[in-house]
Amino acid sequence: MNLDHSILTLLTFTPLVGAVLLAFLPDKGKTLQWAALAITLLTFLMTLHLPAHFSYNAAAGTYQFEQNIGWIDSPAIRYHLGVDGLSMWLIVLTGLLAPLGVLISWNTISERKKLFYIFFLLQQVAMLGVFVSLDLFLYYAFWELTLVPMTLLIGVFGRTDNRRRAAIKYFLYAFIPSAVMLVAVLWLYVNTGTFDIPQLIALATRHGISTNNAGLWLCSLAFLGAFAVKVPVFPLHGWLSDAVSEAPTAAVMVLAGKLGLYSILRFSFGIFPDQSRHIAPLLIALAAIGIVYGALLALVQKDLKKLAAYGTLGHVSVAVLGLFTFTIAGIDGGIYQTLNEGIGGAALFMLLGLLYERYGTYDVREFGGLAGKFPWMVTLFVITTLSVIGLPILNGFVGEFLVFSGVMQANVLHHAFWTALATSGVILTAAYMLLMIQRVFYGSLGLKSKSVTGWDLDAREHLALWPLILVMLAMGVASPYWMQAIDPAGVVLADETPDASQTPKAVYSVPGSNFPQQQFQEGGQR
Amino acid sequence: MFNTNLLWLIPLLPFTGFLINGTIGRKLSRPVVTAIALLATAYPAYIVATLWMYMKSAGAPESISIVSRPWIAITGFHVDFAFTVDHLTLIMLGVVTGVGFLIHLYSAGYMAHEDGYWRFFAYLNLFMFFMLVLVLSSNFLLLFVGWEGVGLASYLLIGFYFKKDSAANAGKKAFVVNRIGDFGFLLAMFLIISHFGSLDFHHVFSNIAANPDWKGGTLTAIALLLVLGAAGKSAQIPLYVWLPDAMEGPTPVSALIHAATMVTAGIYMVARCHVLFDRSPYALGVVAIIGAATALFAACIGMVQNDIKRVLAYSTVSQLGYMFLACGVGAYTAGIFHLLTHAFFKALLFLAAGSVIHALSGEQDMRNMGGLRKRIPVTFWTMTMGVIAIAGIPPWAGFFSKDEILYQAFVSPNPLGKLLWFVGLVTALMTSFYMFRLWFKTFFGESRFEASQAAQAHSHAAHTDEAGHATHAHGVHESPAIMTIPLIVLAILSIVGGWVGVPAALGGHNEIEAFLEPVFTSGTAEAVATVANHSLELTLAVVSVLAAALGFVIAFALYYKKPGTAAAFAKKAPALYRLVDNKFYVDEIYDAVIITPLLMFTRLFLGGFVDSGLVNGSGALAGLTTRGLSSVTRRIQSGNIRSYAGWLAIGAAAVMIVMLFGFWQH
Repeated sequence: MNLDHSILTLLTFTPLVGAVLLAFLPDKGKTLQWAALAITLLTFLMTLHLPAHFSYNAAAGTYQFEQNIGWIDSPAIRYHLGVDGLSMWLIVLTGLLAPLGVLISWNTISERKKLFYIFFLLQQVAMLGVFVSLDLFLYYAFWELTLVPMTLLIGVFGRTDNRRRAAIKYFLYAFIPSAVMLVAVLWLYVNTGTFDIPQLIALATRHGISTNNAGLWLCSLAFLGAFAVKVPVFPLHGWLSDAVSEAPTAAVMVLAGKLGLYSILRFSFGIFPDQSRHIAPLLIALAAIGIVYGALLALVQKDLKKLAAYGTLGHVSVAVLGLFTFTIAGIDGGIYQTLNEGIGGAALFMLLGLLYERYGTYDVREFGGLAGKFPWMVTLFVITTLSVIGLPILNGFVGEFLVFSGVMQANVLHHAFWTALATSGVILTAAYMLLMIQRVFYGSLGLKSKSVTGWDLDAREHLALWPLILVMLAMGVASPYWMQAIDPAGVVLADETPDASQTPKAVYSVPGSNFPQQQFQEGGQR
Repeated sequence: MFNTNLLWLIPLLPFTGFLINGTIGRKLSRPVVTAIALLATAYPAYIVATLWMYMKSAGAPESISIVSRPWIAITGFHVDFAFTVDHLTLIMLGVVTGVGFLIHLYSAGYMAHEDGYWRFFAYLNLFMFFMLVLVLSSNFLLLFVGWEGVGLASYLLIGFYFKKDSAANAGKKAFVVNRIGDFGFLLAMFLIISHFGSLDFHHVFSNIAANPDWKGGTLTAIALLLVLGAAGKSAQIPLYVWLPDAMEGPTPVSALIHAATMVTAGIYMVARCHVLFDRSPYALGVVAIIGAATALFAACIGMVQNDIKRVLAYSTVSQLGYMFLACGVGAYTAGIFHLLTHAFFKALLFLAAGSVIHALSGEQDMRNMGGLRKRIPVTFWTMTMGVIAIAGIPPWAGFFSKDEILYQAFVSPNPLGKLLWFVGLVTALMTSFYMFRLWFKTFFGESRFEASQAAQAHSHAAHTDEAGHATHAHGVHESPAIMTIPLIVLAILSIVGGWVGVPAALGGHNEIEAFLEPVFTSGTAEAVATVANHSLELTLAVVSVLAAALGFVIAFALYYKKPGTAAAFAKKAPALYRLVDNKFYVDEIYDAVIITPLLMFTRLFLGGFVDSGLVNGSGALAGLTTRGLSSVTRRIQSGNIRSYAGWLAIGAAAVMIVMLFGFWQH
């Protein structure tokens, strides 16, 4: 049986079927956990079909595993799914994080378990749907669907009395711009008569969407606004620290970053290429500021989760920075960084969640000296930290390095300034992450860490963390394996043609004789 | 013949050692842990030795390159896992594996009573892995892997006694300060990519070499950013502040990482990039000035320190300054030569200091030492060799390398050359002084150890500078053979190590210069060497020997003949003494000028005003406006979140109707 034409439907709706199934299961013992684990694992295995059967030599701008059937004739909405290098690894990442999220929630969610796992699975359906949809209407439906389960996860399962406020804040922040985006979606349809994303992108490259410049601009801003809030881009991050601080670990793991970043690439860049390029200097500035801003605020937080929330702002800003350089290095690096943020952020929030499970607090002042008690936890914490601060041979470095070098290559003088500002983030990030390690794990025992007996990682926790740790290592050492899918998709979106980038944009002319063109071509294709 | 694939094993074996000891070391017995760690270092040393034989043989290539898979590959840019060995690499490999192995051996004795023995050796092997990657790399990025990696190993080892706040602080400080340097290194690499399209050494340097008209401009920018990186790793002004604190780590770590190998990475990098630096006289000038200033400044502080390891730490900073100075005047060979001899004698000094500390059950304060000459004779005699070597007395190793640097500075075309030479000379005097001060205070005079122990026991203020050692206090004792053998080997090297670079003026052949010539041919060093002036060289050598002798005489007078004179001096100029004793308050100044204002700005302005005020305020305002718009919406938002989906559908429908039926036309 050839799964290629149905795999996307299967993997997207398996969690939905699972959610329905869960509704009928008895809430007894660990039944729900095991069921949710089985469903998410099955989904993950299905997502692995994609890299295994992905055709890396496919022509640029084409989609794979497509499924395109009519749904509604008028308006012309089709059930069109497909994957390319932009979305493939994000789908696999979403697949991977779900079973880990179930494992990490195993004991912490004891009340209203059924509700939790149903929302959790619905959230996964929505996210997968966002990544696989190639019809704008379908995409929008999934996009809005991502909001609802997450809001409920925060509002119902938040850890303090502030949870409702945080949930509403999150909802309003995300919903208002999304509603505006809907208007833009419809405007696009009115002008082009199609919701089909490949068609829209093809139209856009021919400047055939509309001659109404003002309309295009408003439309592009409506899209970008919705995405920028979701990422979030500084200064639209007002919802982030409250939502992160309230949401249960499994929800935080998928809260920020990838949905918005992917959407920027697919829609802002695909449908509004000119507008996106015009607004790029602003976004580059905001992203560079966001990196430093996030890192600085993380440095002064007393609450570990808030610290990680501001850290997240810094890390998604790196991705934003890369994308808006419109260089190959920047976009490739930005996509890579999106994956990294998903992996590193998830691992960090899981580890913080484990501390909370043991000590019931995120207040850094109550910790200290845990390294002697929990050798495994400190080891994994340190590895995660090193990934987050971009130590070479772990994944974080590859993304960061490409992004920053992309900014410098963008051939604009003031980019040197933004590169320098953004790169100074590597100092500050190291400072706040190592400060956190020190305050939690080193020195003498703190108030809580002395009075409460914790335990080092148990088997389930090991199982939840090690996959991410191994992925960090693998993606740090063997990045070409992932890049071979990402790079062609990045090249399509970037300004430079491969040929242009092979001649250095030096102030000096480099003699062609000793310039290893051959080597570059090999490198690009490997 | 030499199987070039063996080159991969050089770093991979220590990495394997790290993996084994790091994962299951806890469950292994100490001899097994030791055996794994030692094997993982000894075999690479053996490979390096055979490699050395091969490359010295007639007809061998000047450099060997091997390339594996790409590490990062995107359209238009790629970086490979690729190693290159030339004569410069060979010297570094020799130092790292040779000295590294000796220090591993020593550590087996020194750390024998410590908890976390396996962890220590795992980290030490990890360090070896990254350091070997650093010197073997054939491109900037892989060098940076090693560069950051040794920083990581250093972080872990400085913080080895993580229960001590001071150790945890020092580790973090080392990493963050190094990151400031890395910031420069990264920016330099971004500039290189955007101008050369590649990070491969050969590609970049051959491009520069092929275009003799490229000078200054971007090359200067790249060079200066690299200098920032080198200043971080090699502890130069203004980023030297982490190194003295790094002495919180176990002493073998100080010897290996913070004296012999890691901290010399900056010098290695500058030498590696000499083609680039030669095109930027401005950047070279900066390197020379930073080097000379650091040498002098650190020597000043070193003269008044009382902690034996801190004296050596400032001495290391000072000696690294010499190497910087050498590179800055284009005398890369002299810089690498001093790197080599310094690796011998400074590793020796640290290990000997460790042996002293071991003998005194953790005591590091020289005011509580004295009279140890007879009680730990092997340590005394080996350390004496190190002291003489660093003081610059012929024919010990340090004399030849230091003298070469001073001579090169004197004859360099740099307009400040004579001044740089003078600063170097004064530093040499101070070096000799503070090293003999250390020597006299530790090994001569009255024994003050027992008295201080009694005083401490009395006040119950047990001195726990090295956590493990304080707990098993017993009589002063010489270290076991596993520790003294490395001392003896290094002592011999500290004597004969300099003989490879005896200049022609002193009747030698300067073999190291010939050896490194293929690497540095295009440098200006050669041009200087050709106009060598033997009588001038001889004169300068005599002057620097006199300076070293003067340093000895002063130390002898102040600390042997009439101990107490120094304290009287200090009393006469209390302000000056306090200034130097407090290391010129540099840490405090950084704190007050950079860190505190930055944190205040973040807390008050960014956190208080921007984030709570603007960001959240405008969000809340938007929320309030929405709520205020109608009582209907307020009711929705007051709690029933589930109806949002319904509202969304209704809203969407409404907008769609408006749009589709043409109420909004363009």
